[in-house]
Amino acid sequence: MSGNRPEHIAPPEVFYNATEAHKYSNNSRIQNIQAEMTYRCLELLDLPPSDEDEDIARPSYLLDIGAGSGLSGEILTEEGHEWVGMDVSGGMLEVALEREVEGDLFLADIGQGIPFRAGAFDGAISVSVLQWLCNADSTSHSPAQRLLRFFTDLFGCLSKGSRAVFQFYPESDEQVTFIMNYATKAGFGGGLCVDYPNSSKKKKFYLILFAGQPAVGAKPQVVPQGLGVEGSDRVAYEKKRERTKTRSGKRKNVKDVDWILKKKELYRARGKADVPRDSKYTARSRKARF
Amino acid sequence: MVRLITQNLLSCPSKVCAYPTNFPLSFRNVERLEMVEAEFNPGFVRGFLRKLEWDALRKSAGELGNTDLPEQAPDYTKPDEVSEELLRTIHHVLLEIVVQDGQMVCPQCEHVFQIKDSIPNMLLAEHEIRK
Repeated sequence: MSGNRPEHIAPPEVFYNATEAHKYSNNSRIQNIQAEMTYRCLELLDLPPSDEDEDIARPSYLLDIGAGSGLSGEILTEEGHEWVGMDVSGGMLEVALEREVEGDLFLADIGQGIPFRAGAFDGAISVSVLQWLCNADSTSHSPAQRLLRFFTDLFGCLSKGSRAVFQFYPESDEQVTFIMNYATKAGFGGGLCVDYPNSSKKKKFYLILFAGQPAVGAKPQVVPQGLGVEGSDRVAYEKKRERTKTRSGKRKNVKDVDWILKKKELYRARGKADVPRDSKYTARSRKARF
Repeated sequence: MVRLITQNLLSCPSKVCAYPTNFPLSFRNVERLEMVEAEFNPGFVRGFLRKLEWDALRKSAGELGNTDLPEQAPDYTKPDEVSEELLRTIHHVLLEIVVQDGQMVCPQCEHVFQIKDSIPNMLLAEHEIRK
């Protein structure tokens, strides 16, 4: 998506017209990615467990920001939640109607504010939306103002101690700081959680915002660690690659067993598929054929 | 879908309005009303009691022709003492009545929010957006 970003082409209500909305909602690759991200968002939302079963989240009333064609909403319904979806694109909402999703849909611009009473929702999720707010699509738009209005209203309509999780595609580090800045101004705590930071393909950004700390006695809110990160999230300084010369003057082969194992470990961390398993045959020397 | 569960939490977003006078949005010219079936989950309804504005809910339900709700609001501080019969009534009012076509009107600024195919248009004109 880094090649051409849709938010640079046209405003959302124009870009997602009827054809584009259908394309988006019928593409199985997009569907899979969306579903995966929705499940991850729900996991990060960390809803309290239900009274009957510790492993199942309590059925909650959630806000889906930029609900679109209801791909994420369907998953919320499956998980037993009631939800309200807001989207600015009529084309997308029409697709949602065709799919007969079960949430309450609204045609609304989140940059204009969120029209709900204080403490209405037990949580909010949003998949691939936030970056759209950073664009000024008309002369009267000011991204700063729209972001602040959005976050302020969101903070108001979330119940105390609940969370909002945004999966988004930031353009740059500055954009993340820009967004975070307004979330903080609106009263949110929280931070960024990056999944698979070593992979350019699977890397995903989740902004996790806390609407206040939970009531006394509950565990304090902490930003969880991203997936595919081992131990610390800091870059370890690797030793300079040693190329020792043997006595005969020949260089030692750099791609030895350790090197191959290290590479395979790295691919696994990036979530690459089909990395062969390690065995006693890994990197064994072969006969010289010629 | 516009169900009363959502309408009871909705207030007018216009900049000239403020809670509580911009609430609840009243239904007008409701042309199409649909009854859907929703799975009854007593735990969810019990937990939701504290979020409801009872008088507004009764008023809105009345506008849609439902007068089953008692005048006295259930005590949300003791959700376990609410009878299952009442919970079922609340469940029906909140989740099973869907306004398909009609209007919602702000009691303060009288902005008319059109509901078409169960989706309300909440977009504001430039002069109504808060700065």
